[in-house]
Amino acid sequence: MSIEKLNVEISEAIVNLDKEKALELAKRAIASGLNLLDVVEHGFGEGIRKIGDLWDEGEVFLPELMLGGNIMQEAMELLLPHLKEHSESFNRGVVVIATIEGDIHSIGKTIVGTMLSANGYDVHDLGADVPAEKIVDEAINANANVIGVSALLTTTMTGQKKVVDILKERNIRSKFKVILGGAPVSRKWVEECGADGYADSAVDAVKLVKELSSSK
Amino acid sequence: MTILRPKIKVLDEEHKNSILNEAKQILETLGIFVENEQARELLRNQGVNNEGLSFFIPPDLVEKCLQSVPNEITLYDREGEEHMTLKDDNVHYDPGSAAILYLDENSGETREATANDFIRFSKIVGHLKYIEAQSTALVYQDVPKEAQDWHRLYIALSNCHKPVITGTFKKESFSIMRELLLSCRLSEDDLARKPLAIFDACPSPPLKWSDLTTQSLIDAAKSMIPSEFVSMPLAGASAPITLIGSITQHCAECLAGVTIAQLANPGAPLIWGGSPAILDMKYGTTPMGAIETMMINLGDVEMGKYLKLPTHAYMGLSDSKVPDAQSGFEGGMGALLAGLAGVNMVSGPGMLDFESTQSVEKLLIDNEIAGMVKRLLRGIEDRGTPFALDILKDYSETEELLSHPSTLNLFRKELFIAGPIIDRMSRDAWNNAGANSARKRAKIEAKKLESKPAIKPIDDNLVKELKLITTTHLK
Repeated sequence: MSIEKLNVEISEAIVNLDKEKALELAKRAIASGLNLLDVVEHGFGEGIRKIGDLWDEGEVFLPELMLGGNIMQEAMELLLPHLKEHSESFNRGVVVIATIEGDIHSIGKTIVGTMLSANGYDVHDLGADVPAEKIVDEAINANANVIGVSALLTTTMTGQKKVVDILKERNIRSKFKVILGGAPVSRKWVEECGADGYADSAVDAVKLVKELSSSK
Repeated sequence: MTILRPKIKVLDEEHKNSILNEAKQILETLGIFVENEQARELLRNQGVNNEGLSFFIPPDLVEKCLQSVPNEITLYDREGEEHMTLKDDNVHYDPGSAAILYLDENSGETREATANDFIRFSKIVGHLKYIEAQSTALVYQDVPKEAQDWHRLYIALSNCHKPVITGTFKKESFSIMRELLLSCRLSEDDLARKPLAIFDACPSPPLKWSDLTTQSLIDAAKSMIPSEFVSMPLAGASAPITLIGSITQHCAECLAGVTIAQLANPGAPLIWGGSPAILDMKYGTTPMGAIETMMINLGDVEMGKYLKLPTHAYMGLSDSKVPDAQSGFEGGMGALLAGLAGVNMVSGPGMLDFESTQSVEKLLIDNEIAGMVKRLLRGIEDRGTPFALDILKDYSETEELLSHPSTLNLFRKELFIAGPIIDRMSRDAWNNAGANSARKRAKIEAKKLESKPAIKPIDDNLVKELKLITTTHLK
């Protein structure tokens, strides 16, 4: 099978949320010695982009978006060991993501993490109820490009600002792009915090991170 | 499996029985005024006494005629495929019919409609998931006056596949309309077996069947085309002020219709319906959004169900002149109550200003309301035990249930998927999308739908045939 044809099939399997088929095609790509970077970008990547488009159009909803992302993650686990020599060019960037201290709402953050990971980012999901200091420390350890901080409550969203403040205190603000998420977050709040951006949905979050990464 | 179907009741058995008996008594003692000679002959043939045009129908004849009315009606679409069944507590919505004005959402003006408005309207109705039937919703002025009723059926059939609720404005039109319907079927028998249209038959309150409407009732009965009674007692003006009095009058008017239709053709399909209203005691208007109007409707429908007949009501309308908050709450309340009452055919979506003005914006909003009501009526479903235990066991693994197989498998069944008219965005997303009101979002959506390819495109030969019939009769 030509790589173009395989990519089309992979993309379709992702859009159809057919996990078995997607994983089988990933294995076939590995066994056939195909250019796996091409497969990731034009097969799996294309599929996940299409799912994002379908979500935009109101055809696909969050559970399906999540499943698409999870299938993508599992496929990447198969493909990554074979991509070692290309990992530099493959990896789009490192994202450390967490829900802020005092807040146990993790779903929004998890969806964003899944979608970023599905789009080729190395995502370190620290979970929920994470202190601002710890988020910064982990970002430094992971050599992250982007820090994502989620808050669902107006009472905990102040912690988002704290993350930016700590980065400033330690004089490392410019090393990271900081993005915020969660229901109470608005553009105004992002400005107040001195963060770099926010998005309203997981699909938009991926677009935002791509934009921020390229504006580096 | 639905545990309980949410329902509403406004009458108990004892009162339904009393209403029915009194309605029969009204027909026997006060009589019904019958303008139509064919109907008079049918009644005279049964030995019904009369004084002038008033006929005193005895209860046993009414009872006999009730026996032959079918309990359910299945409607078929233009292509002859089964579309919906009016029976039990099935609920279906169709746009309120015969508006004389049109709220042009582009200019914001309410004006006389044109044939093009109705073409566009019909195309949009074709795409609305929760409005299952179409209606000859607009009366437009750019056709000859004598074609104003039947021409609408031509446009409706040419532009939308859904069954049509329609009616005549003059006696001669019935045969033309029947011809248009026949062009969508193989034969007269085929049309009788697979009804495509319902004809509204509107008695005049109180207790009067006009020449025109009775003729339509008889003609439809003979062709086994369903007729829908649109009895419209006006409480406090042409009907008793008491809601129960108006319900009783409605019952009597409809029983007279049942008798005439069944005498014309036993077994003729009928729908027990109406458009009652109260009289607004300040402005003298007939508010369709009044809660008491809705209550009379509920009582009327319960009587229809008591007689085991398919039911109809004019609900989901608003008296507001524009799709505003009043339009939303009156439309929403009416559509919801109609759903809870199990009205088989709910006419009203899109309609404003006492049944006079159709609005595409309101129609699209009402489509969402109808979708929500239908979800409610499915009730809480029992999908087997344990209800939550097993799902919650899995929570600790992922700390979310969004990607749980049960969520993926069932979210489309458990949840009503809101359309673009309903705003559930974050404030910023809403701002980015233009900070639009529901009305504005409906306007944007209407634009998309009008140019979307039809769900069921019409056959080229049928287009030609409908056109040929129309041009012949326009000459």
